[in-house]
Amino acid sequence: MSEMTTNHAIAAQIPGEDVPRGERRSYWANVRERLGHDPVTLFFMGVIGAAVGAALLAPWVAPHDPYATSMLARLRPVGTEGHLLGTDELGRDMLSRLIWGARTSLLMGILPVLVALVIGGFLGVIAGFMGGAVNMVVMRIMDVFYAFPSVLLAVAISGTLGGGMGSGLLALTLVFIPSLCRVAETAASQIRGLDFVDAARASGAPVYSIIVTHVVGNVLPPVLIYASSLISVSILLAAGLSFLGLGVSPPTADWGQMLSSLRQGIYMQPLVCALPGLAILIVSLSFNLVSDGLRQAMDIKS
Amino acid sequence: MTLDTVTGSAPVQATRTDLLDVQNLRVDFTSRAGRTQVVRDVSFTLAPGEVLCILGESGSGKSVTLRALMRLLPQGRSEITGQVSFQGEDVLAMPRRALNGLRGARISMIFQEPMTALDPVFTIGDQIAETVIRHTGVSRDKAMARALELLELVRIPSPERRLRAYPHELSGGLRQRAMIAVSLSCYPQLLLADEPTTALDATVQIQVLILLKQLQQDLGMGTIFVTHDLGVAAQIADKIAVMYAGRIVEYGSAEEVLLNPSHPYARGMLASTVSGQARDRDISAIPGSPPDLRALPPGCAFAPRCAFATDLCRRTEPGLTPRGTFGHVLCHHAQDLASPALVGATVTAT
Amino acid sequence: MMNFFKLQGPAARVAPRPDPRDIGGPRQPMLIARNLRKHFPITGGLLGRAVASVKAVDDVSFTVQKGETLGVVGESGCGKSTLARLLMHLVPPDSGEMIFDGQEVGARYGLRLRDLRRNMQMVFQDSASSLNPRMPIEESVAYGPRVHGMGRAEARAHAISLLEQVGLPARLFAGRYPHELSGGQKQRVNIARALALDPRMLILDEAVSALDKSVEAQVLNLLRRLKSEFNLTYIFISHDLHVVQYISDRVMVMYLGEVVEIGPVERIYANASHPYTQALLASQLHADPRNRVTDPPITGDPPNPVNPPTGCRFHTRCPFAEAMCSSTAPRLHPLAGEEGHIVACHMADPSSGHARAGRAGLDRLGMARPLAAKAASEPPCKEGLRA
Repeated sequence: MSEMTTNHAIAAQIPGEDVPRGERRSYWANVRERLGHDPVTLFFMGVIGAAVGAALLAPWVAPHDPYATSMLARLRPVGTEGHLLGTDELGRDMLSRLIWGARTSLLMGILPVLVALVIGGFLGVIAGFMGGAVNMVVMRIMDVFYAFPSVLLAVAISGTLGGGMGSGLLALTLVFIPSLCRVAETAASQIRGLDFVDAARASGAPVYSIIVTHVVGNVLPPVLIYASSLISVSILLAAGLSFLGLGVSPPTADWGQMLSSLRQGIYMQPLVCALPGLAILIVSLSFNLVSDGLRQAMDIKS
Repeated sequence: MTLDTVTGSAPVQATRTDLLDVQNLRVDFTSRAGRTQVVRDVSFTLAPGEVLCILGESGSGKSVTLRALMRLLPQGRSEITGQVSFQGEDVLAMPRRALNGLRGARISMIFQEPMTALDPVFTIGDQIAETVIRHTGVSRDKAMARALELLELVRIPSPERRLRAYPHELSGGLRQRAMIAVSLSCYPQLLLADEPTTALDATVQIQVLILLKQLQQDLGMGTIFVTHDLGVAAQIADKIAVMYAGRIVEYGSAEEVLLNPSHPYARGMLASTVSGQARDRDISAIPGSPPDLRALPPGCAFAPRCAFATDLCRRTEPGLTPRGTFGHVLCHHAQDLASPALVGATVTAT
Repeated sequence: MMNFFKLQGPAARVAPRPDPRDIGGPRQPMLIARNLRKHFPITGGLLGRAVASVKAVDDVSFTVQKGETLGVVGESGCGKSTLARLLMHLVPPDSGEMIFDGQEVGARYGLRLRDLRRNMQMVFQDSASSLNPRMPIEESVAYGPRVHGMGRAEARAHAISLLEQVGLPARLFAGRYPHELSGGQKQRVNIARALALDPRMLILDEAVSALDKSVEAQVLNLLRRLKSEFNLTYIFISHDLHVVQYISDRVMVMYLGEVVEIGPVERIYANASHPYTQALLASQLHADPRNRVTDPPITGDPPNPVNPPTGCRFHTRCPFAEAMCSSTAPRLHPLAGEEGHIVACHMADPSSGHARAGRAGLDRLGMARPLAAKAASEPPCKEGLRA
């Protein structure tokens, strides 16, 4: 076709357009590159990475046994010899408990959101893409869950199931499904009406192929961004459940649980008592800022 | 080759009777990524009762120019320099308050999509009356009577009923007429129109164009009409300014520009407009697409697409070459190209 | 309706080129559409019952010969875009049938929908939504063949060769995303995607309308070249009469969901016989300031398709309308002495009883302005839509 020079093949003869862009780069490669230019997001990703790393490596990283009590060394201040971050009301090492607590807190923060992302996202994409009666049924069921405030719902579910970590996880998952479903549904129903989906249908593509190739890819960014902001909510809700005694049962280290049991010591060692709260704050904030950075990196026009 | 070329900033002759005198208007958009020149060295004048069409393709800067005249660009992200004098007053130096007194009263504007320019929660009557009250301070009853008058003026059938209608209850053509009525509420001396008929159907577009032309003549309004459509320009313009990549490349009377264009871009645009061409032959298209304003070529912005481009064009930006009684052409080779032999050889007029 | 097809006759205006994919033979029309109808219900009230319907396409019949270009013109709400989607079965028709190259679409032993869609493709109006924003254009083009079972490498090579053919050198463009392309380039990708399944017919729905004039000319030239290279048949839908005149062999004019006139392009432009076609043509703008239109050819806006006027749907705006026009709908009728030119107007039927019966095309809009009273007829409100 190279002899077709005049008039037809000239779409390329534009200044600045002669940059070869022949090889394909996946959308995610572009997202990675844009993230690479965003130091703030990278820093907070590092914070999250450190927290997750510490949680995973708790047995090796933690300086003390998080359950070893000492009636002599109770409520020591931050900076105490041998107890870098002090000790709690039973004399347990705070640093070790925070590191071990990260295990449960991060698990409670991330797992419910992940599971809800898969279930809610799936339901939302189906409801949004199919429309009609399917949409009606799915979304009305979600509306029932929506009718309750999320804290109340989480408390009610885990209370009914009898507390404990398992029921806490289940409660949080159920709380997050409707909102993730709603976000996925909105995105999918917008995409359903676009010409490129019609073009895919016109090429004879079956529904599942259209959903996998064209819908999921475009629904994922908004849903992922929303989900990453939910992780901080989940950590806080989990902390709240523990605080109420519905989450993790006492000896286990958990930031919410620690916050709850330390409140008696607040007048003696305010800083030590605030530490679990500080940890929750830092991790939640990091997830929020990373989700913000992700939103910018996933914007195709940036 | 001695070209009678004057520098890019040569003033376009302004007379005392001018309604609007624009000299070296320049608009920069600023963002974190840097500064982009969107409009450069735009100069023209408009007499009362005259219609100027700014003709250009998307991204040529025609709408930005129009908005800059009323300082309707987002503050902080744009910078307007140059001189815009409306009835002798410097619009660009005017304090905000004085500007607000000008907008909607002595200068008003109509847009392409009336649905976004009209407020959906107020009736047509309310919206016209509100403008009238704001600028003249008359009573509500008087303002409503005025609104009715205006709907009659723009020939909306059964105006009493339409006074109480909401924008979404009107068809596209009626909505556009309603917007024209809103814009005329204070008998402006200058009407700025941004593609007001582009979204309309052909049979409705011609009605609105004829109406606008008639109103403009009856009320003696100076009008600036931004469009991408040569046919619209031919229908309504006294003067035409053709914009390309932020600059006016050709400026002259409607007859001069449309019947005997000098600038290669203006010619190419005319030749590539489909209108009764031989069906078995290709249309003579301009190759390529308009340049990215963030990365303009060093010389003439049109040189990469121009069949007549020389090394001079690719190296240095052209200045203005006068043409006709008041117009100009932005081309190094304007005079050579004006010779009929060359015209016949390269561009077949349709 | 049977005689309708005789009306359009064997008017094969373009000698069809033999094609190995031919089933019905060169004289068999590429597409016959019969009595296509699509009404969209408007639901209202608490129970979501249908309270009215938009008569988007109402009893539309036409044929497209092999190798020709049928232009479809009309204003907003005339149903031309719905027609495109009906033909592609992107929206299912309420009734009517389609015969593609002699095979009935969707019938028991006819053409399967999947096969229809391989043979007939659509080019969408350029907009932000016509290409998947998160997919490199090469993948967008290769998607169709992949769905039809082509291997990854082969589909990719095919996409690259198609991009080259529409003027987008793969070296520069294949890996780009839609937002990295100009409007004209996106439209080239759209065309390449439509060609990817090696179709025999393209439906071009306002395919050049959103483009700047200089780019529009490039794309029109490209379409002309591709048509002969790929031996294509076009249905070209547009509101731009200039463009339709340039590209079409025959023209179909629609008004409020109905066909009002079909004919060879030069007959339509020289001897438009329906008053609406005349009004459309008289509303065309020309780039000559010495030749301005001073009187609008017709007044008012197109009525709302929710409650279209009774009888002839154009009677509310027609300067020649008589009492019978508001009560009796005219049928498509051949024009005396003009092969393949049919008009739905009482004036075209000498036996209709209209005062100007048999004079269709003789009294012209834009020249004679017979009934001044009609100018006051008011365009209807869109109140029906509020339900």
